[in-house]
Amino acid sequence: MNYEFGVYVFVLAAFLGFELIRKVSPLLHTPLMSLTNAIASISVVGAILVSGEKDASTLSRVLGFIAVVAATTNLVSGFLITDRMLKMFKKREPAKK
Amino acid sequence: MNPGIYQALYIISAASFILALKWMSAPATSRRAVISGEIGMLLAIVATLLRQEVISYEWIAAGLIVGSAIGVPLAMLMPMTHVPQRTAISQACGALASALIGTAEYFRQLPHGFTMGALVLETLLGFLTFTASLMAFGKLQELLPSRPITFRGQNFFNLGILVIAVALGGSLVFHPENTIIFSIFVLLALVFGVLMIIPIGGADMPTVIALLNSYAGLSACAMGFALDNKLLIIAGALDGSSGLILSIIMCRAMNRSFTNVLFGGFGQLQAAVAGQEAKPVRSASPDEAAAILGDARSVVIIPGYGMAVAQAQHKIRELHDILIKRGVDVKFAIHPVAGRMPGHMNVLLAEADVPYDKLIEMEDINGEMAMTDVALVVGANDIVNPAALNDPTSPIAGMPILDAYKSRTIMVIKRGMSPGFAGIDNELYYMDKTLMLFGDAKSFVAGIVKELSSNH
Repeated sequence: MNYEFGVYVFVLAAFLGFELIRKVSPLLHTPLMSLTNAIASISVVGAILVSGEKDASTLSRVLGFIAVVAATTNLVSGFLITDRMLKMFKKREPAKK
Repeated sequence: MNPGIYQALYIISAASFILALKWMSAPATSRRAVISGEIGMLLAIVATLLRQEVISYEWIAAGLIVGSAIGVPLAMLMPMTHVPQRTAISQACGALASALIGTAEYFRQLPHGFTMGALVLETLLGFLTFTASLMAFGKLQELLPSRPITFRGQNFFNLGILVIAVALGGSLVFHPENTIIFSIFVLLALVFGVLMIIPIGGADMPTVIALLNSYAGLSACAMGFALDNKLLIIAGALDGSSGLILSIIMCRAMNRSFTNVLFGGFGQLQAAVAGQEAKPVRSASPDEAAAILGDARSVVIIPGYGMAVAQAQHKIRELHDILIKRGVDVKFAIHPVAGRMPGHMNVLLAEADVPYDKLIEMEDINGEMAMTDVALVVGANDIVNPAALNDPTSPIAGMPILDAYKSRTIMVIKRGMSPGFAGIDNELYYMDKTLMLFGDAKSFVAGIVKELSSNH
């Protein structure tokens, strides 16, 4: 495995993250946290790999299953509530008749 | 299946996450950001399911269904005032997933060297974020006392636990076969998560939630190293840097350092202040407050956590509407750490349909405060306390505040005279131009609105 390459990827992604997040308006800090929280549930990838293996032990299966449930909960609720919040952010509404 | 295909999907997925963060920068593009994030996640899941290592699908399908069944109501039924709690519990889930995968991988391969190091980091961060987020949830939901709990030698004790956990983790890198050590290591990580949150009080929650967000991301990142998966490294690093930068912003908004938030114990002064004798304050009824607001030309409303507790945001919006109709200039001043998570007040006011261009950040509104007729403080305390500027011995000395004290009249809606979260007395309440409006924020504002709408 090429760890060195992984470290490069990590450093570049972290810098990119810093630059992107710095530009986010404080207005949106809560939805931003929900969104990044949802993105962190990318661990569902690992969970699928662990629980989907051919000759996984019972321990792996059980841990993997709980991990899939937990990551999916994080993922689904994270994305849904971020969208629910963002729907509410409106500019001044047009004058009522 | 050809590994090239899932690798390609992973790359598109990573790019979608990056675009999601980019589009998150402004309200106009932010909903596109969510869609991009969702596409990224969907591609990641589909690509993983297509990998040839994944043979059995029953458990995965069951897990995805159960997780969705929990996740949907968690997102759709939570009131907006509970967003910090939801974030905490969701973070706990993500961290738990990461920690359990690390554990499963450990028992599967008992790896040496670099991979084991990554697994140690993944499980350490995962398990401590899991219990810490649960504790934060408990405190935010008020299942646990939300004031900080401190005891003598606490920092020493907590650090000791962490050092032992790290040392055990280090020894596992060289001798992974010792599963008893691994179990003790996991236990210590879980315990440290709990201990970490015990001394944290409500006012520090924004920083801590952001920090835990960062840990959860870094745990996923470490998993990426352990599984040699670049997508996990990228997504984890994005989340890790996002959480870190937000917690730095929060720290700066309180003029405190990281170590101070984590090891400071903000609440120790409570006892010292309690003995003071009561000073006189001027109070006013809803009718009197309505008369003053109705005659004002400019009003700045300063919301704090008390507004969230009283669910007063909709009534405040009514007050905003009625004042606007009378030709009053109404703005909202938002302190970065108002509430229990970064941006908490913005979400609540947006929920109540306050247009977001009325929500002004601290640096931009402070210059206008001296020209403002009425500053209406709703359930906020420390963020308007002039002691932060005047009293170098105050625990909040140096914290940037909203300059409510500069405006011509100050009105403070408050339940009673109890000191704020930090236990610090607020001289703003005793100024000659300050009126205290005692009562529940929601019903008091309702009273003002009623009075204003009946006489014009």
